[in-house]
Amino acid sequence: MLIARMAALAAAALCVTTAVEAKTLRWASQGDALTLDPHSQNEGPTTAMNLHVYEPLIGRDPKLAKVPTLALSWKPVAPDTWEFKLRPDVKFSDGTPFTAEDVAFSYTRALAPTSDFRSYISSIKEVKAIDPLTVHIVTNGPNPILPDYATSILIMSKAWSEKHNVTKPQSYKDKEETFAVRNAMGTGPYVVKQRDPDVRTVLTKNPTYWGAKEFPDYPDELVYTPIKEPATRVAALISGQVDFVLDAPLQDIARIRQTPGLKTEETAQVRSIFLGVDMGSAELKYSDVKGKNPFADKRVRQAMYQAIDIEAIKSKVMRNYSSPAGLVTSPGVHGYTKELDKRLKYDVAAAKKLMAEAGYPNGFTVTLDCSNDRYNNDEQICQAVTGMLAQIGIKVDLQSRSKTLHFPKVQKKDSSFFLVGWGVPTLDSHYVFTFLYQTNDAAKKVGSWNFIGYSNPKMDELTDAMLKEVDQAKRDQMIADAWKIAVEDMPYLPLHHQVIVWAMSDKVTMPIFANDSPNFKYAKIK
Amino acid sequence: MLSFVVSRLLQSVAVMLAVAFLCFVLFNFVGDPVSNMVGQEATAAERAEMRHELGLEDAVPVQFARFLGNAVRGNFGKSYRLARPVSDLIVERMPATLELVAAAALLALAMGLPLGVLTALRRNTPDSTVVMTFSLAGVAMPTFVIGILLIYVFSVECKSWAPAIGLAGDWCFPSFGRGETVNVGGWSTGLLTASGLKALVLPAFTLSLFQMTLVLRLVRSQMLEVLRTDYIKFARARGLTNRAVHFRHALKNTLLPVITVIGIQVGGLIAFSIITETVFQWPGMGQLFIQSVQFADIPVMAAYLVMVSLIFVSINFLVDLLYVTIDPRLRVDRARLGTAGG
Repeated sequence: MLIARMAALAAAALCVTTAVEAKTLRWASQGDALTLDPHSQNEGPTTAMNLHVYEPLIGRDPKLAKVPTLALSWKPVAPDTWEFKLRPDVKFSDGTPFTAEDVAFSYTRALAPTSDFRSYISSIKEVKAIDPLTVHIVTNGPNPILPDYATSILIMSKAWSEKHNVTKPQSYKDKEETFAVRNAMGTGPYVVKQRDPDVRTVLTKNPTYWGAKEFPDYPDELVYTPIKEPATRVAALISGQVDFVLDAPLQDIARIRQTPGLKTEETAQVRSIFLGVDMGSAELKYSDVKGKNPFADKRVRQAMYQAIDIEAIKSKVMRNYSSPAGLVTSPGVHGYTKELDKRLKYDVAAAKKLMAEAGYPNGFTVTLDCSNDRYNNDEQICQAVTGMLAQIGIKVDLQSRSKTLHFPKVQKKDSSFFLVGWGVPTLDSHYVFTFLYQTNDAAKKVGSWNFIGYSNPKMDELTDAMLKEVDQAKRDQMIADAWKIAVEDMPYLPLHHQVIVWAMSDKVTMPIFANDSPNFKYAKIK
Repeated sequence: MLSFVVSRLLQSVAVMLAVAFLCFVLFNFVGDPVSNMVGQEATAAERAEMRHELGLEDAVPVQFARFLGNAVRGNFGKSYRLARPVSDLIVERMPATLELVAAAALLALAMGLPLGVLTALRRNTPDSTVVMTFSLAGVAMPTFVIGILLIYVFSVECKSWAPAIGLAGDWCFPSFGRGETVNVGGWSTGLLTASGLKALVLPAFTLSLFQMTLVLRLVRSQMLEVLRTDYIKFARARGLTNRAVHFRHALKNTLLPVITVIGIQVGGLIAFSIITETVFQWPGMGQLFIQSVQFADIPVMAAYLVMVSLIFVSINFLVDLLYVTIDPRLRVDRARLGTAGG
């Protein structure tokens, strides 16, 4: 009786043309993909959608390990050349064969000035199709982590792109939208059946999918609806109108767990939240300390670190959905270790002593810039930090803004003290060092998120070296050394790694991906 | 009459220009769209280049002049968020909003009018006290809360109480979306399918509640006033039935101001629909606007605000004209004074 009612409801919510026995998974999240063009927007929801239609050479399994996808194997054949052996007998969903030419075309397209992925693969000099199933990627100097970046570059059909005049990613200068914005054609597990941006997107099983044997029972159809309002999203799940919600609000998770027929999956996300302090300027822009910079003194940074009761933030602000961090990178990233990710003890007395030693027994005032719509409970975290720092005499003037105001302000280095988070799409520590820890150098294009003025020549040297080192053991040692320096110098005050929770009907079996990007070919639905 | 129309038109244009300019000044505070448009790996130089490309570095008056020049030719530019022409986006979403607003306005009239008459005729009875109390809630409760409440009762909890009172389990209403839509000559309508009509119920009720109570209270007070007038007393003296007095004489005379207010309120409904659309994930213009604000998608925001102010200004303009046509006294006054102000 219950099942009959559920089925009737599902049928009402779905397109009537759907075959009755088709296994459909209806899912929702806060925001829709911005475009179906796979190289135009490097943004979470966009990639999550496009990954089902287009595929990379190398994929990520639910443990985020690299798995052969369009490439069966890859190895360096020269210091500056990677060879990819492609999977044979793969067809695009329009029936045309997939070949090395398509790979060369797609990488060239992803390198175009209008591509949002060009910085991932800017080290590439040339992509050569050696034979239909072999590709050589030549880089400017050795690049041991090219395969990690390859997981982000999706492959399009050269013929299809030429036919529809989309050989370059969408540009904002174009007068009209290009064909690829609302149409997609790849080798992936699904094809686009209906695309109504911000309303509804229907993907159906690609009948010619190469992975049909490896993934025999993933859902026949995916119906995606963006539901912006968190309460409505949860209501849709509880009332059985969707089967899967990617981003249930933290305060509703307990309620979802108590509801019969629903379950949740959770994991630490590859995103670490931390505080940055302007330690490089001679004088802070937003403080009452004049003529010197208190943050340049490590003792002050350590005092602030030890004054933050991260367990209280975890239980009170994050409702236990966070994992306290001693490192500005998360489990799952190459180079992360549990030993390094230990926090200094929460100790207000020690913090006060450090402040006194540094010459600020009475503290000082400083402005904290915080986003209020970017990370889980970001504004509340800042409020908690404000209260905790008051205990050691630091009077924090908290300014919370929307992300559209917060990030430009921080990027202009117009902040003395700020909160940001950092995810690692490549899952390799180099990504963290080169953006956050390397000395900011616009010409070298490194340190572009190092807004704190941190500079350590040893760190710079190690970061440059680990980009080129092909000997894995040597490279791992470099990463370990660099993390030791990062912990020792303490330029950032780590807070926690975000925890993501996926909520779903218990009809659904779905492994959680720590990069928060669901891949429904790993899903099953009863 | 002609000079009146012309001067009103000129005023409308001035209002539109002022609104558009104010919007532009406000856009300086919504933030920088570029950080949403490029990945986190983009360098400062690339961000600056994009800002320059979009013309965001020009002075506000320059941006405004460029916007006006394009808008006059019907070109509102392309959305920063979706990389599609703004006019396409608005045209696509307009049917959803207009259907919702029309349903809400009809509902407000269909419920507000009879209830207003009822409470006026049956003053101080328990049933009209109940209605008036309920209408107070309608005025006082925010749309947001009403929407969530309706979803909770008729969509979530409904699964348990509907079968208990003998209704089928699929009787419950959907908590989001428009249901199935049919495309009729470029207009996507949800009015022709069962699921579309069902999906319309909760959002339309949410949106109409405030207007409904407004109509109810307006009809009631007008009716009470009219019932005290001499011509009603005279009608009663003539021995007419209650029915004829109430509906032929009294109600007719209360309707004029009610219809005027409803006309003006339709503009308000379109503006209020932002909240209702957000709560119910109704894919209309209001939702488009909210998403654009969060992204700092200036072209969409500008076009939406200009369009809403155009609707408001047009309705006001029509109402002004209607007043003059309907109420002869206004014409006489103007003719005698020789002015065309208003």
